[in-house]
Amino acid sequence: MSVENASTRPTLRSMVDGNEAAASIAHRLSEVIAIYPITPASPMGELCDVWSAEGRTNIWSTVPDVVEMQSEGGAAGAVHGAIQAGALATTFTASQGLLLMLPNMYKIAGELTPFVLHVTARTIATHALSIFGDHSDVMAARGTGFAMLASASVQEAQDLALVSHMATLESRVPFLHFFDGFRTSHEINVLEPLSNEDLLALIDRRWIEHHRRRALTPDRPQIRGTAQNPDTFFQAREASNPYYAACPEIVQGAMDRLAAHTGRRYNLFDYHGHPEADRVVVIMGSAGETCCETVDHLNAAGERVGVLQVRLLRPLSTEALSEALPRSARNVAVLDRTKEPGAPADPLFQDVLTALHAVGRAPGGAGPNLFNGRYGLASKEFDPACVKSIFDTLASPSPPPRFTVGIVDDVTHLSIAVDDSFDIEPAERVKAVFYGLGSDGTVSANKNSIKIIGEHTDRYAQGYFVYDSKKAGAMTVSHLRFGDQPIRSAYLVRSADFVACHQWDFLDRFDITERAAQGATLLLNAPFPNQEVWDRLPLELQQSILDKKLRLFTVDAGQLAQDCGLGGRLNTVMQTCFFALTKILPFERAVELVKGAIEKSYARRGPELVTRNHQAVDRARDSLVELQIPDRATAHRRRPPIVSEAAPDFVQRVTALLLAGKGDLMPVSAFPVDGSWPVGTARWEKRNIALEIPLWDEGLCVQCNQCALVCPHAAIRTKVYDADALAGAPESFQSTGYRAADLRGMSYTVQVAPEDCTGCSLCVEICPAKDRANPRFKAIRMEPQAPVRERERGKYEFFLGLPEVDRSRIARLDAKGSQLLQPLFEYSGACAGCGETPYLKLLTQLFGDRLLIANATGCSSIYGGNLPTTPYTVNGDGRGPAWSNSLFEDNAEFGLGFRLAVDSLRREAEALVTRLLPDQGHGEILGAAQIDEPSVEAQRRRVVELIGALRDLDHPDARRLEAIADYLVRKSVWLVGGDGWAYDIGYGGLDHVLALRRDVNILVLDTQVYSNTGGQQSKATPLGAAAKFAIHGKETPQKDLGMEAMSYGHVYVAQIAWGADMNQTVRALREAEAYRGPSLVIAYSTCVAHGYDLRFGGEHQKMLVDSGLWPLYRFDPERLGRGEPPLTLDCKPPRTRVETLLKQEARFRMIERLDPERFRTFTRRSQQMASRRRAIYEQLAGISVPATEPGHKGADA
Amino acid sequence: MNLSCTYLGHTLPHPFIVGASPMVDDLAVVRRLEDSGAAAIVMRSLFEEQVLNDELASALAIDGPALSFAEAESYLPEPAVREADDYLQLLATVRDAVDVPLFGSLNGIHGGRWLKYAEQMVAAGANGIELNLYQLPTDSRQSGADIEEVQLEMVAELKRRIAKPVAVKLSPAYTALPHFARRLQESGADALVLFNRFYQADIDPEALDVVRRLELSDSSELLLRLRWLAVLSPQLQLPLAVTGGVHTPIDAVKSVMAGASAIQLVSTLLRHGPERIGRLRDELARWLTEHGYSSLQEMRGCMDLSRCPDPTAFERANYMELLRSWQ
Repeated sequence: MSVENASTRPTLRSMVDGNEAAASIAHRLSEVIAIYPITPASPMGELCDVWSAEGRTNIWSTVPDVVEMQSEGGAAGAVHGAIQAGALATTFTASQGLLLMLPNMYKIAGELTPFVLHVTARTIATHALSIFGDHSDVMAARGTGFAMLASASVQEAQDLALVSHMATLESRVPFLHFFDGFRTSHEINVLEPLSNEDLLALIDRRWIEHHRRRALTPDRPQIRGTAQNPDTFFQAREASNPYYAACPEIVQGAMDRLAAHTGRRYNLFDYHGHPEADRVVVIMGSAGETCCETVDHLNAAGERVGVLQVRLLRPLSTEALSEALPRSARNVAVLDRTKEPGAPADPLFQDVLTALHAVGRAPGGAGPNLFNGRYGLASKEFDPACVKSIFDTLASPSPPPRFTVGIVDDVTHLSIAVDDSFDIEPAERVKAVFYGLGSDGTVSANKNSIKIIGEHTDRYAQGYFVYDSKKAGAMTVSHLRFGDQPIRSAYLVRSADFVACHQWDFLDRFDITERAAQGATLLLNAPFPNQEVWDRLPLELQQSILDKKLRLFTVDAGQLAQDCGLGGRLNTVMQTCFFALTKILPFERAVELVKGAIEKSYARRGPELVTRNHQAVDRARDSLVELQIPDRATAHRRRPPIVSEAAPDFVQRVTALLLAGKGDLMPVSAFPVDGSWPVGTARWEKRNIALEIPLWDEGLCVQCNQCALVCPHAAIRTKVYDADALAGAPESFQSTGYRAADLRGMSYTVQVAPEDCTGCSLCVEICPAKDRANPRFKAIRMEPQAPVRERERGKYEFFLGLPEVDRSRIARLDAKGSQLLQPLFEYSGACAGCGETPYLKLLTQLFGDRLLIANATGCSSIYGGNLPTTPYTVNGDGRGPAWSNSLFEDNAEFGLGFRLAVDSLRREAEALVTRLLPDQGHGEILGAAQIDEPSVEAQRRRVVELIGALRDLDHPDARRLEAIADYLVRKSVWLVGGDGWAYDIGYGGLDHVLALRRDVNILVLDTQVYSNTGGQQSKATPLGAAAKFAIHGKETPQKDLGMEAMSYGHVYVAQIAWGADMNQTVRALREAEAYRGPSLVIAYSTCVAHGYDLRFGGEHQKMLVDSGLWPLYRFDPERLGRGEPPLTLDCKPPRTRVETLLKQEARFRMIERLDPERFRTFTRRSQQMASRRRAIYEQLAGISVPATEPGHKGADA
Repeated sequence: MNLSCTYLGHTLPHPFIVGASPMVDDLAVVRRLEDSGAAAIVMRSLFEEQVLNDELASALAIDGPALSFAEAESYLPEPAVREADDYLQLLATVRDAVDVPLFGSLNGIHGGRWLKYAEQMVAAGANGIELNLYQLPTDSRQSGADIEEVQLEMVAELKRRIAKPVAVKLSPAYTALPHFARRLQESGADALVLFNRFYQADIDPEALDVVRRLELSDSSELLLRLRWLAVLSPQLQLPLAVTGGVHTPIDAVKSVMAGASAIQLVSTLLRHGPERIGRLRDELARWLTEHGYSSLQEMRGCMDLSRCPDPTAFERANYMELLRSWQ
């Protein structure tokens, strides 16, 4: 963008992110908005929903109708219909979502229908999923016939959104308007907003009327969507050519009108740099901004370089491209933010090459030499050092024809070297980096600070926020810039003038001075007296502070926040200290603005929070102290190693570096080539995020094992073992006699994993064993972690070394018995108090050594498979769950594929057994029932014997059988996912898999909402709950998925809730697994999206079941076969009022506060629904039907 | 029969008013209460602790998990900024629905900002405020005098803030209730309401848990109120209301005889429905006629400490005598 002085408009400014900038245009220029949540585009849909819910209108004074669909495919279908029927429609998406829209996009374009799709460009999952940004998704849409317009900044996300809407109406070519996921969609920067008047002036109503006239209507019927034959299709396809030919000019016209109106000028290709540049970079998206900044810097130093920013990628105007590219350019690097393996070059390069050919500027002839670089996949950093290295490469005698930048490729040696010391940020700019915890409010404070500066001063500001891959105890790093000039730096702060660390524990885990400039200010939130702070720093940090000559300030923000009644929310204190230290604003003015911002952001929560935060502001500055630093490092303590020395080689070599935040430095050769990683790595990541952990009192304990069952992180465990095993135990190790008939005489221990516990307190709340003399104390209770960390770590290590129990000796595999089994899912990154993970952990305890999990995308795939460390692990034999995630929408089919494969391999093994050993009576191994723990164990022994027997056979088939003999042990295939998958996007596949009679087990972790993307309603969301896209409470009750599955008659169905009945939970999972056909287990899962303290999750589930809103049941087709009622109700008739439950959850309370009458109506309807469902289930539990298929045992038995 | 009485600046046609209760949450019930003849309605109490708790708990629930994870900046929708508090909204709705006097009810333990609510209640249409001095001291270092000073200052501050009348609802647990009542009158209280009923903490001996209960009242609870009505009414100029234990016309008669101006009903309405209020009014009138009274006013206070035949019966002797007769 360049700025023209034609405009005399007053400059209004607001601080928004790219999503809001684009959505604001889309909402005001649309009548129908069909949406589906996907990262990082979700906020656009959410904002539109909020605006429509608030009654905000488009520029024609109607409120856009926002509809959430069941998938992106559904959203695309809905907007396709809407625009065919004459409305102005839009939608938002990214990545896989865009892929699901492709079929409709071809149609929309083929039908020449005006439409804009706004996309936050995001990586398409290949060897791994990534939520981050690159152009692999939009590049996959090149063939659809959509025009493609790229925005490079927050301002452009607004302006070019408008240009897209203007141009689509005039050209009839539908537009895909995109900007980089996260880097632009989530960056907050200064925006000059476009008013409704601007939009009215720039949108030509004429074209809307033309669109209306083309609408499908019975008043002027036409037919569209015909099927055509070889005689017609080709010519008809070519008939649209003139529209594509006219499109670039129309886009340029729209850009020109925008420039005339606002002074902000854009072109189809914008060249920036030396007019006689010899080297030019061609690039698209946010990286272009970084290139512009770098080009200015290099040219100021006497170089002759430039950057050509591509805006209109489709239809590509070869003339405009050629005109924009200086004739002086000799070496041109075309940079692609995508990878097309096997292609001769990546797509943008091919476009540029073809374009230059077309205008007679082919390389080798009249044109420049072209080189193809790849950068920035999945938001890999691309900074001025990368840009400089590209120009340096172009200046070399023989630049590589194809290269990568930003990584070290030591395998195919494509990467070019980068000089990391190169830094161009102007001295006037203030750069700040903040390390915080998700829950301490750091990001929210920083967003506030940026808004304060950007909206209340004439300075410029930029904010970008980096989150880690865990949900519990997640670290956030905020990168803030402030300056007198516009900030176009689309990369992280590398050299900060101010660094704040809001959490003391980070000092031992990360080098928080890594991004500090020489002489920078370092602010630590220190929970210690000032005189102790220096001595408590690790040696490396002390040395770095001295080396970089940092000024060191401390504040005990935790204490101050506590004193002000703010709990762990340090934001206000730290924000005030930031303003006090940086002097970006006069302090008094800053305090005034901070207080104003507090009023604005907390007003909706209530006045008390405003008062308390104001107090914190007033007291913060006086608590801030500068430390006098000795002239040398004095610490005796080094930063502890990232992972234990006992960790395996891969963990030492790869995982540890990723954990240390050094993943960017790792070369290509360090990585698996196909996305396969070793399992069980979470155990090496000791995060120490709990302030308090549970400690066990063996004297009070009743040995119910409930603490272990409910623990979301497998961080409190129980074991029984022979007392002899206690030899060598640490002195403090606790042990007591086990009180149960089956394992009498053995010893028993409950042990916490002190460094893995998240401190959620679920175990303490669920513990039934109270001290009779002092009932406040239970058999486990929370104690501060730090003082007991070392001791408990030693005890836990010893505990892990104790032998695992002989599984066959556990007489009753109920809730208690199950917890004596080793969990093979541990220390995941799920939220503290997560309601889903106890089910998964239980699954691995029951069937872990023969378990395959197909996991739908969502929370469970993120905490289940998000690097750097993953929670699924192996037992002592090296067996454990095999886990994979395909997509969100296809998980049932994906899991079915697992079943088909293991069945196929089993059949092959069986055939080989029969062929190889015909005389040896292997009937047992072939016909083994394998329905429970002992029978599976027996089969394992038979397989071991079989393999032994095979060794003596000299036959190729013996070798084949050896390789697949393990498939004779029954594999347990589980299709796991959330309600978004099972009820919505994956429902078609799920239904189909249920309809087949294959032995698969489906576990729905039902949080009643899209949890991973931030709480959007699904068809599992209960009546009256506030959720995103249901701000005023969901109008309809949740779908009864269980009942739908029961209608097949051959599906085992159970509904469970661990907090309400643990034994029923265990029984249902075991029955589902044993059943030789499809099983569906719907598991109620508490979630942060419900809005209450999850430590009470157990009690809450009891109340839920007692209210009748979540009946526990098991529907067993085997019973049908026996002529018995198929349904067993596992809960008593409702005895708690629905209202009592609803009032416990913020998602319902919110409605009560907004509209008490509406809440009461919802409550009444929910109560009725609960009674009706109960009545129906009771009748089902009493029916008798003739056995339809006597003796049916499932399809593959 | 003239049943009229004066209470909180209003001449009421009869003494039966609806005490603070959740009945006001349902507009249909509110309308039935008015149709049945309720002389006035007290809103349910706005509890300082509950409001604070709700505010902090919902902030924790919404803000706690937010801005922690790249895929979800929040997990709950942000409702539009509330223009008004839900309580005030409810008060305004009830105000619009009925014509009888409507009193806001404030249940707090601290002064300051909290008392702003009273101003907002008045602005939303309340004809007066019932200030519920609800405090269960549990700290042995805190003296009765300290607590009383805080409470008196709250009343004084409230009077400074609003022009409408203020009734003070008390618990019976004061060392010298008559003295404190006098000081409340001096601080500007316009009426006293006797007495609060607290949630009672019960013990579940099996689960080793404390269980909170609030049972509906019955007539036996009236006796405590009768005594203090009889003791206070001759010594104070301000009107007294009774609450807790009036279930029958005879209960009402006794209350007025002991000096009550107004009678608050909750439990009996919850048990028998809003229409109960009209029946009590009619039966009280009948009783007065049958017993030769010409107006309710004539009967008021006839059995208070200054007029009853045996004042010692309301004093300690009452207790002694009971013991003796029991023997």
